[in-house]
Amino acid sequence: MNIFVILKRTFDTEEKIQIDNGEIVEDGAEFIINPYDEYAVEEAIQIRDEHGGEVTVVTVGEEEAEKQLRTALAMGADKAVLIDNEDVEDGDTFTTQALLTAYFKDQEADIILGGNVAVDGGSGQVGPRLADQLGINHVTSITDIVIEGSTAKIEKDVEGDQMMLEVPLPVLVTAQQGLNEPRYPSLPGIMKAKKKPLETLDLDDLDLDEEDVEGKTKTVDRYLPPEKQAGRMLEGEPEDQVSELVTLLKNEAKVI
Amino acid sequence: MTKQLVISEVKDGGFRNVSFEAVGAAKMVDESAEIVGVVLGEGVSSVADELFHYGADRVISVDSDKLKEYTPEAYSQVLMQVIEQENPDGIVMGHTSIGRDITPKLASRLGSGLVSDVVAIEGGATFIRPIYSGKAFEKVEIEEGLQFFTIRPNNIPAPEKDEGKNGSAETLDVDIKDLQTVIKDVVKNTTSGVDLSEASVIVAGGRGLKSEENFKILDELADVLNAAVGASRGACDAEYCDYAMQIGQTGKVVTPDLYIAVGLSGAIQHVAGMSNSKIIVAINKDPEAEIFQIADYGIVGDLFEIVPKLTEEFKKVLV
Repeated sequence: MNIFVILKRTFDTEEKIQIDNGEIVEDGAEFIINPYDEYAVEEAIQIRDEHGGEVTVVTVGEEEAEKQLRTALAMGADKAVLIDNEDVEDGDTFTTQALLTAYFKDQEADIILGGNVAVDGGSGQVGPRLADQLGINHVTSITDIVIEGSTAKIEKDVEGDQMMLEVPLPVLVTAQQGLNEPRYPSLPGIMKAKKKPLETLDLDDLDLDEEDVEGKTKTVDRYLPPEKQAGRMLEGEPEDQVSELVTLLKNEAKVI
Repeated sequence: MTKQLVISEVKDGGFRNVSFEAVGAAKMVDESAEIVGVVLGEGVSSVADELFHYGADRVISVDSDKLKEYTPEAYSQVLMQVIEQENPDGIVMGHTSIGRDITPKLASRLGSGLVSDVVAIEGGATFIRPIYSGKAFEKVEIEEGLQFFTIRPNNIPAPEKDEGKNGSAETLDVDIKDLQTVIKDVVKNTTSGVDLSEASVIVAGGRGLKSEENFKILDELADVLNAAVGASRGACDAEYCDYAMQIGQTGKVVTPDLYIAVGLSGAIQHVAGMSNSKIIVAINKDPEAEIFQIADYGIVGDLFEIVPKLTEEFKKVLV
């Protein structure tokens, strides 16, 4: 099977965010594979191990994202592709859609896996956008997948409910938490990953001009929410604390 | 005058509240706009009228057994036909399970931008949305073309309901064809019927609950408050509860009016998912717990003693 994973390099979820002049400060921050994309990498490896074939991990990003691709290779993916977006100013989800579409139109993917959402931008748009451009079905937020012949049997999370469905391949799916438990790269895995192929493509390689990938939306500012002040600690016996709390919620905060 | 299309959602026989909020959002984009609602499903025509009470001028119902359960294929066929027919200046939908899934597909089809998960609108054209799960915010504009966005439930107020308002109820027949996705089953899991993303009150538990069994005391508190129950990653990893309940940077991001955090420490990854709640109450036995740094009201104590007492106290006040 021809298996692909689209992944994104993101801030570690433990990082605090700092903003300077409307831009996120990246200096000194730890970066990881977006946690939802990590489930996708794990699932891709499991599908390959069961059905054979090859796992290719693809990212859109700058040179630094090679590190996350190597991590995916160390987990067990076979090949990696970095679509370098350094030349793209003010890209958005449309930009990523356009870059990935240009790459994928020449690949005969049986299945493309990605994360349900990236923990930085958080829009969750790229998966369904890409599937639409490729003319294939998509299923977001999956918690289980079994491939039988040319059909994918999928369990999808719908706000806590589960939907069981079947869809023919090729298909694009996005991973929800609970899909699997991603493995840690092993030491031999890390050694092997260094020799696995990692290809870098730019706009020219994909036959694209800057205007083909220009964003449709513009971020005009970024800011931090007002810092929350520590509030009031209630005192006294448990009975008193509880009755004071209920009174405060009713009369002061007016939320009940 | 612009035309704003509101893609509404019906669940359990009635509109989801976020659909009314979407009408409010469309009016924030253009106060004088013609608001066209669209409602899809099986047997939905009968509920369509309620959208008029919130300010829709027209409501287009598309009724089909092929729309009983959501599939991107069927929904996109219908919605593309509606969009082509109406040619709106803006489209708004709730950032729900369906909204998140279908709007990027439509945006791809339309070659348009899309601003997801909007929590506020400034000056009709500047959309504010959380990034890094609410650790920061960004202001986004769509400089030209279709103003297409989704709104996070429980942030943009719905217009005042006016049962005297009416509008033009229309139906549209769409030949939905070539469906490849087969829905086999839908299993309802949610214990309390209140959805986390739309709940105005949330009771959330952490590792301090110590077992799956003990989450019952949160269910009892939630029942009294008509609240949804959530959990920290720690509690989910320890298998006290299902991942569907997880709140945090991985998991759900919520903004209820009242968030009661019980026996959870307030790790940054959890706080990212709930810190924009309006009022936060923390109950924890450790006075140094991080959660107290962001709580409006804090109680240091044994949750197994405090929570049942709190349930009883709410019962007295709320009856």
